Amino acid sequence: MRGWFGGLAVVSAAAAAYLFVSVLPVTGQAQAPAYKAPRTKDGKADLNGIWQAMSTANWDLRAHAAAQGPVLSLGAEFSIPPGPGVIDGDGTIPYLPAAAEQQKKNFANRLTLDPEVKCYMAGVPRSTYMPYPFQIVQSPKTVMIVYEYAGAVRSINMEKPTEAPADSWMGWSNGHWEGDTLVVTVTDLNDQTWLDRAGDFHSDAMKVTERYTPRSADTLMYEATIEDPKTFSRPWKISMPLYRHVEKNAQIMEYKCSEFAEEVLYGKYRKQPAK
Amino acid sequence: MSHRVLASTVMAAAVLLTATAFAQNQASAPKATPAAAVKTAPASSSAIPRTADGHPDLSGVYSNVTTVPIARPANCGAKEFYTAEEIAAGMGGARGCALPGAEPAGRGGRGGAGRGAAANIDPETGQPALAVHYDTSQFGLSGNTIVRSISLRTSIVTGPEGRIPPVTPEAQKRQADRRAYNNAHQWDGPESRPIGERCISWPGEGPPMMSEGYNSNVQIVQGGSYVGVVQEMIHDARMIPTNGGPAPLPESVHQWFGSSRGHWEGDKLVVETTNYTDKTQIQGQFITPKTKVIEKFSRIDANNLLYEFTVDDPGTWTKPWSGEVTWTKIDSPIYEYACHEGNYGMANNLSGARATEKKAAEQK
Repeated sequence: MRGWFGGLAVVSAAAAAYLFVSVLPVTGQAQAPAYKAPRTKDGKADLNGIWQAMSTANWDLRAHAAAQGPVLSLGAEFSIPPGPGVIDGDGTIPYLPAAAEQQKKNFANRLTLDPEVKCYMAGVPRSTYMPYPFQIVQSPKTVMIVYEYAGAVRSINMEKPTEAPADSWMGWSNGHWEGDTLVVTVTDLNDQTWLDRAGDFHSDAMKVTERYTPRSADTLMYEATIEDPKTFSRPWKISMPLYRHVEKNAQIMEYKCSEFAEEVLYGKYRKQPAK
Repeated sequence: MSHRVLASTVMAAAVLLTATAFAQNQASAPKATPAAAVKTAPASSSAIPRTADGHPDLSGVYSNVTTVPIARPANCGAKEFYTAEEIAAGMGGARGCALPGAEPAGRGGRGGAGRGAAANIDPETGQPALAVHYDTSQFGLSGNTIVRSISLRTSIVTGPEGRIPPVTPEAQKRQADRRAYNNAHQWDGPESRPIGERCISWPGEGPPMMSEGYNSNVQIVQGGSYVGVVQEMIHDARMIPTNGGPAPLPESVHQWFGSSRGHWEGDKLVVETTNYTDKTQIQGQFITPKTKVIEKFSRIDANNLLYEFTVDDPGTWTKPWSGEVTWTKIDSPIYEYACHEGNYGMANNLSGARATEKKAAEQK
């Protein structure tokens, strides 16, 4: 990951000026991307397909060693796989002091607080690196992304940007093309989703700028810049490759997990057998 | 914030939703494009929008609300279509083949006519008036704002009988047993609540995808060799391959919405769905995993789409049955329906039941 970002800068100077003002050390003068993606009929890079992240970002965006999971009885089956981290730059999340305290509380109480436990839609960017596939269906006016986890769906408007009627779990997405990169601005996310299982969170002021860039026939580079002045002292960015499911029988199946969260959410209200 | 609004939507749904509700709603003049009067197949193949690969462009956001009832009103006899003049004179919908002022049609079966004859009808919704006031426009429930397609059909179900065929004796017993169990245990836990209340699926989601009590909007996006179909209720998405797609799932695998495979037959996208669970419902019946549903999507014109379907479940109905509904384009995007996330109703209902039991025990 570090190798990719350092070595192959696909961010044009103009795009950098537009997107990353005060965000990151700009990686230098623009360089043409080495990879030219196949085209859709309307001449755009073809992102259609079933994709999945292979990182352990959903456990913790930061570099982390393997660790015992929070439910001891599950043993090694649901313990935490290690990962070298997906945060660009110094690898840390620039929390404001109060938010840093909140993250620690979230982590300590993650078994009851993590919205994933309750099968709540994971929001953006977390939906991208949940350990489930998602599918992109790309048309000139709309790019639809359907996530297997919780059956969440986003409809990215590729026409004149529109405004959200209200906050929502998956946010409001307006997209445009910068060369072969699909750039999506996501706003109006509610403050209920987390960024990973480690208690990393955000407020309803978060804006996420996503970039999907083809880097080979079967991989995309995913970058998400996170801005939230109520929670973070500066914008920060994660990046990771996404891999195409090339299996012959690859498909998005049903993971309607609300059923699996009923005991956690409503078990205490069940009728108890008569004593 | 929006969270709370959505939660109240779920509760409003629980109160207001009575089966296919708005499918029969006749309360106000439909606002759809009259061109959607469907009696024949799409006219000229050049008139419909196409994608760059030459297939019909099905994409858009549609309302699938219709004034046509599932079953043909009894007063229509064998009449399958109205004339445009009869519709203009006030026939159609729940009224059936009677003109305004005449006797109501009489209930034509589930989802049939007759509802309008009940006393104390809310003119906004066409539903029995509620003691509690809801701002129907807030939830997209106002009869004055809902876009409905226009059709000359007397019933959604096609064919000479115009109604869903009888269910088999075994299926009747199965439904009765389930109902009896659920009635006896209705507040025991989430599993005995209806699947809509559990935010697993809404009763009409199918497939076949039917109009719901509210938010009856569907978005189609077409790209690569797939169409993505999202029903606003309850943000349920189907990814349908248009080139046959991967091999069907093994018969042992069951999903709430089954598993769909599509292919083009001329200008129609034909989608076959199998692998349903035995907990899935179609038109109020718990179906069996033998169920096979065929849907056909085609363009009528730039604003209207024809949705045809056939349901075949020898484990439930005595014979296959078919229907068709016109979907009409709407201008606005669909909005996220976070049903499960806002489902305070489930916890409140169950804890209320426990509190009631406790009180009853104390009074003994």
